Amino acid sequence: MADRRLLALAAAALLSALAFLLIGLKGNIAFVLELRLLKLAALMQVGVAIAISTVIFQTVTGNRILTPSVMGLDALYLFGQMLMVFLLGGVGYVSLDPQVKFAVEVMVLMVLASGLLLPMLKRRLDMGLMLLAGVVFGVLFRSLYSLLARLIDPNDFAVAQTASFANFNAVRTDLLAFAAVVTVLAAVLAWRARHVLDVVSLGPEAATGLGVNWAASVTGLLLLVSALVAVSTALVGPVAFFGLLVAALAERLVVTRRHARLLPAAALTGITVLVGGQTLFQHGFGSATALGVVIEFFGGLVFLLLLVLGSRS
Amino acid sequence: MTAALSTSSWRAKAAAGLGLAALFAVSLAVGVSPLPPGRVLSDPDALQLLLVSRLPRTLAAVLSGAGLAIAGLIMQTLSRNRFVEPATAGTAQSAELGILLVTLFFPAASLPVKTLLAAGAALAGTSVFLATAQRLPPAQPYLVPLFGIVYGGVIGAAATYAAWQADLLQFLSVWTNGDFSGVLRGRYELLWIAALMVAAAFLVADRLTIMALGREASIGLGIDYARMMQIGLVIVSVITALSVVVVGMIPFVGLAVPNIVSRLMGDNVRGTLGWVAAGGAGLVLACDIAGRLIRYPYEIPVGTVMGVAGGAIFLWLLFRRGGHG
Amino acid sequence: MIRIENVSFRHRTVPILSDITLTIDKGGVVALVGPNGAGKSTLLSLVARLQPLQMGNIQIDGLPVDATPGRQLARVVAILRQDTTVASRLTVRELVSFGRFPHGRGRLSAADHAIVDAALARFDLADLAGRFIETLSGGQRQRALVAMAFAQGTDYLLLDEPLNNLDMYYARELMRALRAAADENGKTVVIVLHDINQASAHADRIVAMKGGRILADGAPCDILTPDMLEVVFGLRAPVETIGGKPFVLHQL
Repeated sequence: MADRRLLALAAAALLSALAFLLIGLKGNIAFVLELRLLKLAALMQVGVAIAISTVIFQTVTGNRILTPSVMGLDALYLFGQMLMVFLLGGVGYVSLDPQVKFAVEVMVLMVLASGLLLPMLKRRLDMGLMLLAGVVFGVLFRSLYSLLARLIDPNDFAVAQTASFANFNAVRTDLLAFAAVVTVLAAVLAWRARHVLDVVSLGPEAATGLGVNWAASVTGLLLLVSALVAVSTALVGPVAFFGLLVAALAERLVVTRRHARLLPAAALTGITVLVGGQTLFQHGFGSATALGVVIEFFGGLVFLLLLVLGSRS
Repeated sequence: MTAALSTSSWRAKAAAGLGLAALFAVSLAVGVSPLPPGRVLSDPDALQLLLVSRLPRTLAAVLSGAGLAIAGLIMQTLSRNRFVEPATAGTAQSAELGILLVTLFFPAASLPVKTLLAAGAALAGTSVFLATAQRLPPAQPYLVPLFGIVYGGVIGAAATYAAWQADLLQFLSVWTNGDFSGVLRGRYELLWIAALMVAAAFLVADRLTIMALGREASIGLGIDYARMMQIGLVIVSVITALSVVVVGMIPFVGLAVPNIVSRLMGDNVRGTLGWVAAGGAGLVLACDIAGRLIRYPYEIPVGTVMGVAGGAIFLWLLFRRGGHG
Repeated sequence: MIRIENVSFRHRTVPILSDITLTIDKGGVVALVGPNGAGKSTLLSLVARLQPLQMGNIQIDGLPVDATPGRQLARVVAILRQDTTVASRLTVRELVSFGRFPHGRGRLSAADHAIVDAALARFDLADLAGRFIETLSGGQRQRALVAMAFAQGTDYLLLDEPLNNLDMYYARELMRALRAAADENGKTVVIVLHDINQASAHADRIVAMKGGRILADGAPCDILTPDMLEVVFGLRAPVETIGGKPFVLHQL
């Protein structure tokens, strides 16, 4: 039953990928196709990265309405990036190889994220308090980001604006190869950890009782999440609620929290929504740049719905 | 004991007044063109600069700061939750969406009319927030601001989408990010209405304290609960809409100031209202001055400075409180 | 006089109160008892106009509660709900002073101050007057809330399980203070009680409710009988008379 649904999801993902590649194909076909293939690869990566990181993050925190970006991780990535520009100076930063730069950024985020989140997870704070703190961290880091941006270049008034929403139309294809390595590696690690994840979702006491080293597992999973968030944020920019939308959809579809099913289902849903949505926006209605905003809107609504429904039961 | 208390509170008031006056003076003096106090009387250009730019800017900071802090206090009273303020309850975002739609459909409308409609949108958005927030379990006080922040985010996304389609993103960023650098004589005077709203809050101070005890205690003491709710919402919405339209939204003022004042002197609104207003004015003035100085001669908008300063204060409040259990 | 006539109340489709008619004369202590879900709290909150009347009439001293301005009623009747929480940082004195709000709209006269002081003294709060509510224990907070209702200076005082959180000593002290208010100041106290023995010890009249109806109404010695207890609470327990008052040994 669930297997059939997974197959159907895979078919949907494949269909949306084909539609993305082939609809309205004209002119220099080889050139356009190559361009689209690159973009498709980027979108698929982003979809997978956000879906997997959200599922893992929800499992670790034991909360179905949490996503890494609700906790301000993507803002933290942007802040780390800007911090590097600030410390190295604009020239020094630009002269770095983009792949090296990205690798350093990923590591900076891993360090910052574990420094910030691990103490919170260890203290086992009230989940609402943690959520609220995360949201405020997000605002704080976004403000710090634009503060640093203005310190570096006071005339750049566009900075604050570009940082607030993802743009799926202008992907950073130069980072694609390196990002692909990180995404695939992370996905494989997540897959191998699928049974550990099932146990972790039971909470620290039960997991420890079943022989899982809680602190070590949570730290490792959090580092995995940080790497995936870095990939998606570097490629398209911050997306607050996309992961929530995808994880909630995937769980409804496969009707299980077992990670052997949930992880692939979430990844496929991520690809379908992102690639399908982008196809729609490119050829159907609205401007191609607006998908990020629309996803925020509906993802936010899903969040509110889960909050009100979840707290009533 | 009463005498000692009143003396110390008199001293605290004097110190606060002096501090505010000092900030006011610094704000008048700091800017790209130097303005030594001695020249103001002799040099007509200097006087002109003071009257046209510096004084309006400083007054705008004082008025919006005091107004937003009071708005935050009232929001916290009405929702009975310490972590709610106009920026975390969809109020500011509704006002932004409102003025965006007015600009879109009635571009010729005058500024007061636009502000009025923005206030109407803020009122509607905040009412929806409060009605929904009451359904959340009271045992989890952090859910309410979380709900409010995401609710504001959804409205904000709708506004961004509309602005995107209409190519009005520039305008939207003016409303969402507080900045006093554009304030000149003739462009900020609407903010004086915020002062009227603060005065109105003083008139209902006792009723606000009782409202914070809850609906049943309020009715038991003979307060028309529904009407007070409406009055409070109108004050909050008008102040927020004015700030959004005239200088752009400034986050965290309404949150940080009332919480600190409550911690220091309690929640008897009659006694704390003045402190909240003065604290808001002082905080916004200080952030605006900092924004002018950090990257002199360039300016960093007050919204950004407050995002950093206010965010840090908020987290401090949150974890101090969380630490107590 | 509180006159309750043919009052029924539903929550959505669930009937909470069915056709209640009850008259409470001025002066004295009336206890409402009954098992959980009997409708005692709902009846009290309807009398205090905290919830809108759906059917029937309630008058206090001839004032219909659904048509009298809230402020006027607040000078006739005071209520303390069972689950009142004070999240505000107010001192005990500030909180009790707000009981005078219906009279001066916040301006406290010398007479108001005297009343507040008397309320603080009556409920043994004088030493705690300057403390913030949040720093008090549950029982102290409960007493502060009762003092606030008392400071409202109304002829009618409605209290919903005020003995919650109170230890044995303060439970008895509170009941004695209410008894004194009825005897010395002619107050009418309507009180929902969990502990039927407290009702027997201090009330003039006990009204027993169950399933949204009044099952029994009378002096303690008429209500506290083994048969009546079985009807109201569904439990059989011996009743002993001590000092002329019946007490239920429901632990046995």
